[in-house]
Amino acid sequence: MIEIRLHGRGGQGAVKAAEILAKAAFYDGKIVQSFPFFGVERRGAPVQAFTRISDDPIRVHSYIYEPDVLIVLDPTLVGAEGIDIIEGIKDNGKIVINSTKDPSDFEFHNKNGVQVYTVDATAIALKFHLGSASAPIVNTAIVGAIAKVTGLVSIDAVKKAIIDTIPRYKEENAAAAEDTFNNVK
Amino acid sequence: MKKVVINGDFAASYGALSAEVKFIAAYPITPQTLVVEKLSELVSDGELKASFVKVESEHSAMAACMGAEAAGVRSFTATSSQGLLLMSEVLHWSARARLPIVMSNVNRAVGPGWSIWADDTDSISQRDTGWMQVYVENNQEVYDAILMGYKISEDPGILLPTMVNLDAFFLSHTSEIVEMIDTEDVRKFLPPYDPKYKLDVNDPHAFGALTSPEYYYEFTVKIHKAMIKAKRKIQEVGKEFGDKFGRYYDMTEAYKTEDADIILVTHGTIAGTAKETVDRLRAEGKKVGNLKIRYLRPFPDEQVYEHLKNAKKIVVVDRSISYGKEGAFYSETKASLFDYNLFVPTYGMIAGLGGRDVSIQTIREIVKTAEDNEPNKIFFIGEKK
Repeated sequence: MIEIRLHGRGGQGAVKAAEILAKAAFYDGKIVQSFPFFGVERRGAPVQAFTRISDDPIRVHSYIYEPDVLIVLDPTLVGAEGIDIIEGIKDNGKIVINSTKDPSDFEFHNKNGVQVYTVDATAIALKFHLGSASAPIVNTAIVGAIAKVTGLVSIDAVKKAIIDTIPRYKEENAAAAEDTFNNVK
Repeated sequence: MKKVVINGDFAASYGALSAEVKFIAAYPITPQTLVVEKLSELVSDGELKASFVKVESEHSAMAACMGAEAAGVRSFTATSSQGLLLMSEVLHWSARARLPIVMSNVNRAVGPGWSIWADDTDSISQRDTGWMQVYVENNQEVYDAILMGYKISEDPGILLPTMVNLDAFFLSHTSEIVEMIDTEDVRKFLPPYDPKYKLDVNDPHAFGALTSPEYYYEFTVKIHKAMIKAKRKIQEVGKEFGDKFGRYYDMTEAYKTEDADIILVTHGTIAGTAKETVDRLRAEGKKVGNLKIRYLRPFPDEQVYEHLKNAKKIVVVDRSISYGKEGAFYSETKASLFDYNLFVPTYGMIAGLGGRDVSIQTIREIVKTAEDNEPNKIFFIGEKK
């Protein structure tokens, strides 16, 4: 079973990203589960969401404390006060960050085998006019990067999941995922 | 059959859709809101041919369902927490009137402190209303329990309502794969509701009249006897459901209990996490098992005894507490064992109150607490000192 934890800010679509990821894995024939951190979400406040992907039935119903994969939708969450983004990450885990920086700019890159990958999902979201310039919705873009980096889901399944899940601008969102799939570092 | 990835609230809505309910009255409350939203969407899209009545409270929602059901119309509603408590008066009434309504209740804490998170206090406090209570582990079971619920409730020998209880957020807002059954196949399992006695202008009857001491006692005993009879029916329906659709259900589900020294007794989502933990503990050489209790009412005394009789320690997990005593599942389990003259060390574990996460680590702590302590009392798992 692979456990994925997503960190974002209210309005960026972290919860939907977790759901798209789960649906994509489901279309690829996996057993899945996804859920938000159960809070009272507000725009701009830190949020978490979770996805489990498995070949066997998923019986556990609790938060994810030791993720195999970590997704960061907002670069300002890295090092933010009161949030330990990388808490519990497994050795040899993978971290995908929406950032213009290089992976080596992050101190936890290459520590205990943890690999950091970066993609400018914000720029890609803006390129496809997802959300507004001040509040881009980066969730679909980041899922494309996850598909590439982890190999957990196929890009075709991701695009299908986006089209089935996102109510508007379906094609643009699917195109954003494909763009990051091809551009993650 | 069609597989979809949906949250537990939607699974409840689709359960009502597949059961082809004809009447819905509901009032939204977090975290049940999505049930009502999906149902109103299904009705307005014409996918579900039912009357949807918006009401001003949960009390009215249940009262409206009672009216429809009394007229012989299959009815559904959903609620949670304070909403269920507001319904309390009509919960008693609907059961005593022998109206086989099915309702999903999202188990949520009651205030204050104001909380929208998982806790069983709401439904446990309604234990003695005459409603059958089933606690489910995952979204598939939400959907299946609603279909089976109507079949059991509507049986002419039972005619008692069913409350399908699902954990707030851990199911209501968690997306999982749910296999939906084709309507034609559901119809072969669950025929249309056609009660012998109903409100009918062409054949007038009155229901719920003043009942003197000469009759009230017998009315009450009949309800009890019907509830006891439901135990067999729950098993039969669970088997028939399995034969037809491949998923078998019973009043309890034993997991690796046969040779277990320590048996966990759990319900709801905690049962799934407990089974996962059992496998990990067994890999470390500990003989642990899990008994999932699905029904609190009627309570499966016989099965509880059968599965627990060889255990060295019995560890019951409750996500609520009866102040001044202990958790309800702990009390019920002990009472079953006492009835069979079985005296085994027991432990009552209070965990996960108000949505506190019950993880694999929590279950490990529960098992360790039972290993390290004297029995026959309750423990507060994860309590901050």
